[in-house]
Amino acid sequence: MRWTFWRKRRRDEELQEEIQAHLLLAERDAMESGQAAKDAGHAARREFGNVELTKEVTRDMWGWRWAVDFLHDMRYAMRSFRQRPGFVVVALLTLALGIGATTVMFSLVSGVLLKPLPYPEPNRLVAVNGHTDGWNTKIYGEQKVAYLDFLDCQRESRSLDMAALVYNNGTLSAPGDPQYVDYYEISPELFSVVRVPLALGRAFLPEEDRIGAAPVAILGYSFWQHHFDGRTDALGASLVLEQKQYTIVGVAPAGFRLYGDEPDVYMPLGQDPAGYLHNRAAQPVHVVGRLRPDATLAQAQAEVALTGSHLAQAFADTNKGRSLQVKRLVPDVGDVGSTLWLLLGAVGLVLLIACANVASLMLARAVSRERELAMRVALGAGRGRLVRQCLTESALLSLAGGILGVMLADAGLHHFLAFWPGDLPRADEIQLDWRVLVFAIGVSLLSSILFGLAPALRAPVRNVEQVLRTSARTLSGSSRRLHSAFVISEIALAIVLLVAAGMLGRTLLHASSLDPGLDIRNLLVARMALSPASLADPARIPAAWQNVIDRARRVPGVQAVTAVDIVPMREGNNQIGYWPSADVPPKAKLPVALASSATPDFLKVMGIPLLEGRFFDDHDRMGSELVIVVDDVLAKSAFGRQEALGKSLWIPDMPCVQQNTTFVDCSSPYKIVGVVGHVRYWGLAGDDQAQVRAQFYYPFAQVAQPFLRRWSQLMSIALRTSVPPLSVVEPLRQELRGQASDQVLYQVRTMEQLAHSSLALQRFLLLLFSAFAALALLLACIGIYGVLAYLTGQRVPEIGIRMALGASPGEVMLLVLRQSLAMILLGVGIGTMFALAAGRALERLIEGMQPTSFLTFIIMIPFLVLAAILASLVPARHASKVDPMNALRQE
Amino acid sequence: MSTNKTRYQNRTEILQGTLDMLILQTLKWAPRHGYALSKAIRTNSGEILKVDTGSLYPALHRLERKGLISAEWKASDLGPRLRIYHLTNAGKRQLMSERSRWERLTAAIAGILNPVEKENVP
Repeated sequence: MRWTFWRKRRRDEELQEEIQAHLLLAERDAMESGQAAKDAGHAARREFGNVELTKEVTRDMWGWRWAVDFLHDMRYAMRSFRQRPGFVVVALLTLALGIGATTVMFSLVSGVLLKPLPYPEPNRLVAVNGHTDGWNTKIYGEQKVAYLDFLDCQRESRSLDMAALVYNNGTLSAPGDPQYVDYYEISPELFSVVRVPLALGRAFLPEEDRIGAAPVAILGYSFWQHHFDGRTDALGASLVLEQKQYTIVGVAPAGFRLYGDEPDVYMPLGQDPAGYLHNRAAQPVHVVGRLRPDATLAQAQAEVALTGSHLAQAFADTNKGRSLQVKRLVPDVGDVGSTLWLLLGAVGLVLLIACANVASLMLARAVSRERELAMRVALGAGRGRLVRQCLTESALLSLAGGILGVMLADAGLHHFLAFWPGDLPRADEIQLDWRVLVFAIGVSLLSSILFGLAPALRAPVRNVEQVLRTSARTLSGSSRRLHSAFVISEIALAIVLLVAAGMLGRTLLHASSLDPGLDIRNLLVARMALSPASLADPARIPAAWQNVIDRARRVPGVQAVTAVDIVPMREGNNQIGYWPSADVPPKAKLPVALASSATPDFLKVMGIPLLEGRFFDDHDRMGSELVIVVDDVLAKSAFGRQEALGKSLWIPDMPCVQQNTTFVDCSSPYKIVGVVGHVRYWGLAGDDQAQVRAQFYYPFAQVAQPFLRRWSQLMSIALRTSVPPLSVVEPLRQELRGQASDQVLYQVRTMEQLAHSSLALQRFLLLLFSAFAALALLLACIGIYGVLAYLTGQRVPEIGIRMALGASPGEVMLLVLRQSLAMILLGVGIGTMFALAAGRALERLIEGMQPTSFLTFIIMIPFLVLAAILASLVPARHASKVDPMNALRQE
Repeated sequence: MSTNKTRYQNRTEILQGTLDMLILQTLKWAPRHGYALSKAIRTNSGEILKVDTGSLYPALHRLERKGLISAEWKASDLGPRLRIYHLTNAGKRQLMSERSRWERLTAAIAGILNPVEKENVP
């Protein structure tokens, strides 16, 4: 910039010299032809024409005119800002808040949703998923792949390098105190497919990936840091997981995770003899792949689909109707996306209001500068030039606001993240990086156009003389309309946010008042890992659970204890298709219910009402009649008005066993012996909109032996206490340690905590939306106040005349208020329409959202109207106090 | 744009093709400064063509930026130095093509203004 400026000055001087030489030569010629010296000078200049204009047109030919203009505009803008520091401070703060908040939200969206996976060439990574005909991926998510299918697929593929992993958990009994850990069982290619180097040691070798090979393990990075203090001598050390001793050969890279949380331990998948890994009917394996250098996604898709159809033919009894699909691997972030976009949208509205506010400030400035601008037009400034200058001013303002905003965002981002309910996936990827900075600059410039263009376009072109002749006090109709338009749009936007906040508040109120279906007080739930020794022998598992229940009941303050595999309002989910008659249609067409297995005291512990029949007792055991208990939702949807009690359900996927084989369709019917109340499993707010609401329970005692180990890994215990539930945790832990003190209690929560956190997201959104709405209301009120004060100020002479002609102060106040009321009501009308649309979007995006109600509007709108009228009262009173004589003298 | 300035530019535009060619042609004979150039055009056209300085200098600077002419400073007894323009190779090529275009154009116009009656040809 300085360089351009310097060059420009030099060329200006040269041009001056060139023209001066021209004039002198012309003068000399004139003198030689006999004119007097004085006349010759005049003649030469007359002959030449307008020197300055020639210079200006010549300068245009240099081609860097814009840069020079830009410098001029910058200096001009700085000068005019210095004259009005108040305006600059208000505008900067408003913009900094708007842009800062938007930047924070965008850095979340960017880090969680937009950033590619943090591995080399992430766009060449794919996931291989299974798919069963009729499976609704939207509702139930992607299906995984059978291990044997994976092995076939891996062997056949020419376009993909593939790796498999299974997410699992178990008890780590050494080194240190026993604890429950998450582990990945992986095929040896995983790290090379993802292309991340290990932090320490080596990956698994192909020869280690088979049953009977030497047990080896890789540590997760965080686990290594916490339990081995990051020491390198962890390599070669051993650990005992599920009673098997492993030698540590490596440490995974920091933060490495593909599905779920960062695992604690990795072990070779091929060493696991578990039956479900060697049966094509079960699909436990996540498959990731990387396109080979010359392969395309389409090739891989075609190839893998072909392999899938070969498998479906070759293994018709297990693979019929199943296919394999290849998709790009995307970060696993659950359903947090809609919340993030929603918040970004809301924050965007706040920014829009901020822009409208600054725009009306700029406009007021532009109007008061109208005569100055008209003067400049008269002196030869072009319209484009004036528009450009106004835009330079607003761009300068918004960029400064943007810088402040980014600084605010930088300071506030981590506080905001700490405030996020629960775990935000990929939170470690959220930072103010170049993406966010580009966004912030883009938003700043966009808002500068938003708030700068309208005032800029008002630059006078026609009627210059008229503008110059009229007094500065007269206000043209178009600018008054523009002012009103800003106020109206601010009010409309504020309405949208207010109504959204109102809806969220109502939803929260409604949800907290809902009956969860169980008694959440004095109820403790915890996951429980049995001793690995008990788990190893399925025949001992039922007794081990009975022992846990008996021991827990002995803890003082505990009234009743149950073991159950799915706890309401906590993660955990087992959905099974059912049918009310023997002619069962294909599995994919079955209605689905949430199935949980429980011990007899379940109902008593949870406080779920028994509506009909009975719950399980000790007579429901292996070999006795297969029984289930259903909730009223299932009873109604399966049997309508008919009595459900005594009828049967056919449930092909139940964990029952026939003829000593595993995973065979269970064709015997289950008799319904009881009907119980519906429990809000999916959380207080979420349950009404959950895809699967029907529930049934089956006795844990009737779970067949081959499944007991897997089931036991998922089981929790729940206790009803007569004392505050958290006070029994320590004695309980001691009591349940087991003989080898390797039984672990983890994820201990009270049901009240679970119920509370099931509303955490709604509460969080309500808080944010309330803050946004309050900010919007404040900004809108400031906007109304500013615009009215300005408009009224411009009308002082008119008001003076009115009062001189006999108008009373009250009438004058009414005049001003009427003007503001018109704007407010129009804004409310437009805002209501947008709010209705926004309400629809909220209902779709947020679980348990109550539909937009009339009531919300009834409460929220007068609130805003009142605030707006208060804001206009001050200028109105001001107007009513105008002294007619003074006002007229001003004219 | 102010009306004044627009008028200047419009005049340049109307003359532009021709003015550029006249400047290039005049500079082909000898390098000159702006005043000498305008004088040469006037004299060589028999005082018919009068180059407006408001068009001349913008044209010179534009041609210079396009690389068709180049300039150098020369001291003089006047006080201010003189900026002498001369034709570059690109300028010579440009002049050739403009001349041939101009000749085709004038021939075409002449053909319309003075039609030759075929019947009258002996």
